[in-house]
Amino acid sequence: MTDGLLSPATESELAGILRRATAGGEPLAIEGNGTKRALLRPVQAARTLTVRHLTGITLYRPQELILSARAGTPLPEIEAALAEKGQYLIAEPPDTTALFEAEAAETRPATIGGVVACNLSGPRRISAGAMRDHVMGVRLVNGQGEVVHSGGRVLKNVTGLDLCKLLTGSYGTLGVLTEVTLKVLPAPPDSATVAVSVRDLAAGVRVLSAGLGSPFGPSGAALLPGGAPELGLQGPTALLRLEDFSDSVRYRAESLAARLGREGDVTLLEAARSVPLWRAVRDAAPLGALPEEAIWRVSVRPSAAPGVAASLSRAFDAKLLLDWGGGLLWIAGPAEAATHAAVMAAARAAGGTWTLFRGPDGLRASSEVLPPEPAPLAAISARVKAALDPRGVLNPGRMHAGL
Amino acid sequence: MIPLPEPKPDILARRDEIVAALRAIVPGSALGGGLGEGVISEPLRLKPYETDGLSAYRQPPLAVVLPTSTEQVAAILRYCHRNGIRVVPRGAGTSLSGGALPLADAVVIGLMRMNRILEIDYDDRLAVVEAGVTNLGITKAVEGDGFFYAPDPSSQLACMIGGNVMMNSGGAHCLKYGVTANNLLGVKLVTIEGEVIGIGGSHLDAAGYDWLGLITGSEGQLGIVTEVTVRLLHAAEGARAMLVAFKANEIAGQAVDAIIASGIIPVALEFMDRPAIHACEAFAHAGYPLEAEAMLIIEVEGCAAEQDARLGEIRAICERFDPISVRVAQTAEESLAIWKGRKGAFGAVGRISPDYLCMDGTIPTSTLPEVLRRMGEMSDRYGLKVANIFHAGDGNLHPLIMFDANDPESFRRAEEFGADILKLCVEVGGCLTGEHGVGVEKRDLMGVQFAPHELDQQRRIKSAFDPQWLLNPAKVFPLDGLPEAALARAPARAAARAA
Repeated sequence: MTDGLLSPATESELAGILRRATAGGEPLAIEGNGTKRALLRPVQAARTLTVRHLTGITLYRPQELILSARAGTPLPEIEAALAEKGQYLIAEPPDTTALFEAEAAETRPATIGGVVACNLSGPRRISAGAMRDHVMGVRLVNGQGEVVHSGGRVLKNVTGLDLCKLLTGSYGTLGVLTEVTLKVLPAPPDSATVAVSVRDLAAGVRVLSAGLGSPFGPSGAALLPGGAPELGLQGPTALLRLEDFSDSVRYRAESLAARLGREGDVTLLEAARSVPLWRAVRDAAPLGALPEEAIWRVSVRPSAAPGVAASLSRAFDAKLLLDWGGGLLWIAGPAEAATHAAVMAAARAAGGTWTLFRGPDGLRASSEVLPPEPAPLAAISARVKAALDPRGVLNPGRMHAGL
Repeated sequence: MIPLPEPKPDILARRDEIVAALRAIVPGSALGGGLGEGVISEPLRLKPYETDGLSAYRQPPLAVVLPTSTEQVAAILRYCHRNGIRVVPRGAGTSLSGGALPLADAVVIGLMRMNRILEIDYDDRLAVVEAGVTNLGITKAVEGDGFFYAPDPSSQLACMIGGNVMMNSGGAHCLKYGVTANNLLGVKLVTIEGEVIGIGGSHLDAAGYDWLGLITGSEGQLGIVTEVTVRLLHAAEGARAMLVAFKANEIAGQAVDAIIASGIIPVALEFMDRPAIHACEAFAHAGYPLEAEAMLIIEVEGCAAEQDARLGEIRAICERFDPISVRVAQTAEESLAIWKGRKGAFGAVGRISPDYLCMDGTIPTSTLPEVLRRMGEMSDRYGLKVANIFHAGDGNLHPLIMFDANDPESFRRAEEFGADILKLCVEVGGCLTGEHGVGVEKRDLMGVQFAPHELDQQRRIKSAFDPQWLLNPAKVFPLDGLPEAALARAPARAAARAA
């Protein structure tokens, strides 16, 4: 602890640390393995509290589609346990190791607590929901050091206020997660991708909408502005993924291909080529962000995406990757206040939201990394924050300056 | 009976003045006596609003106001906030937990006149609707184009989307499609101060705190939702059901486990026990197997060939558990016949018993045989019959406790029996309510699931939205732990009179 890192071995030890922090008004940075330290705003705290020693899967009932793990459990350990029973994490959270490589002091895997605290979801968000949709229960320690549970270990639960959703995506500012319970699902045995070469992004989003508005249930809908040359896909390419039993995948892929054939050249990618392609989309690899570039995620209604892309391209040399049927834009560009302003303006004009996902400390500290809340909501926000963390010791400034 | 707080005498005394102020906000002719009316205050005409789906509890409100716009809702709340008047939001009044039960000193804000569909967008797969649009009304508006709104509570013909959001309603098909919270993009929330806040929007993920997730299922404790943006999904090419009858609850439970373990997630996986089978068969004549102890209805989706493949695999799994009978629908009509009894279950039980309580707990699915066995023992002890309908895939259990409302002793026993069942659900690792909400019904059981400091944490969050505790009081949180702000104006000493 001499280096300013507090790494309790038990939940009650962690609770004691938070009680003392609140009593003394000492702010703490909250982390798992710190893999996403460069996400959002830098935290102003002398000491860091990590849950990395609270590890282990505490309950796994494959037939009940339920898994519980302590917050510091490495993601790969959970994925391996699930794979052994033919199951997976539904929200397909991205592996951000490569994106944050430059910032990482050491190479440790992401923890499940960190993934939940950041509400990270991948391509399957479009069909199966976000990470927050599958958090069935949480244990957390609030600012005063009280251990509070919400939800449980069952799939349907509306008992009391849903703190699982409130804490998911709160980036450690409302409580320190010590254990999470997730809904999991059987991993479909087969998958394939229908790739449609399109004229431009507008045509691409139309193809994705047509696919998502079909009876065939795609589980991924992404748009690569530069295609995937290694797979022979040149130019803007719309991708629709199907995951299911083999007979269904084959039938649905062919049905989609027939339906979308008039939009552009269609290529069918079987599982061996489809799986790595979607892993790359999940991790935003096709974005091709340079280490010095900033990265944003912008969420808009899909039909607004081409307009956002066009206005960004006018403002700077924006690199783009579209997921969620066009509803999620990954953007890379110069890490400057002017580009950040352009991203904010484009997202606002489209009625959507932005996240400064990666950037140098200076930019992150001086920017609205998330959209500010309207005044009446900001007032509620401040009161809710005080209800969980009255002295403001948990990750101060992580999401918004002064909160 | 569950006690309600004592009304505030100063509010009761100002009734006429309050009604006049509400009329100024929501004008409308009382002479028409119908749809045009903005405020209802005559005792006789308040009667339809005195209860909801938990009909054993009745309490006419101070007045009912029926706004037609978000602006009117905001003005009503501003007025009530300024004057310390409690409000109870109401959709169709179908809550089974008493979520819309009025209080004598409360204004009921009925949202049924806000029933417009504002936008339908198939490209972005969303619809923007006012809170008073019915659940089924959304699907009806888009099904001609192949789309649907997924959550399908049993009351979907009547219940309104605003109420669905407030209670986070589920349905028979949420094993595959999720509950209300998983199918929303945004809401328009009016705070108790009368501020209108857009939460979420037409995009998938809002950045920042997940207010949409917190508000969904908050039972009217945090604000009033007037407008909802829902996700629309395209329907599968088709769906077909099968019915499998088993010799014991345990065996049916094992079959459910084996189906899930095979990697197949059916769109619906419904379990009925012997009393439920008999009640439904007597009512619907669906051809249910009366010799069975337990029965599953399993539905899959896809094109005809996909349906055949999945149903064939499920059939093969079920054959391993020595079923009494297996009936696979060959057509959509045969599917409907299989569903007919299940969908009429509430009416069916209503026919064999003068009254029933529909309970709603969730349990880990592996504990079903134990829970049914112990429920059977309770049934003998209380001398009341119970039938069970179970969303087997997600563990949501609906015991229907039959009693006679004309006999207060019978009702008292039914309530105790129900409470014991819910305590059992918590004991085996489940929860008090899977989809009906806490409301009044389960309010005083919250201490079974949450420690006092955990309830205090939830109350502090409620206070952050509603410092004076004016929004839907006496629901969700036990009265004995209310904060000063709620008690200062609302002494909770004695029970209000219920029917």
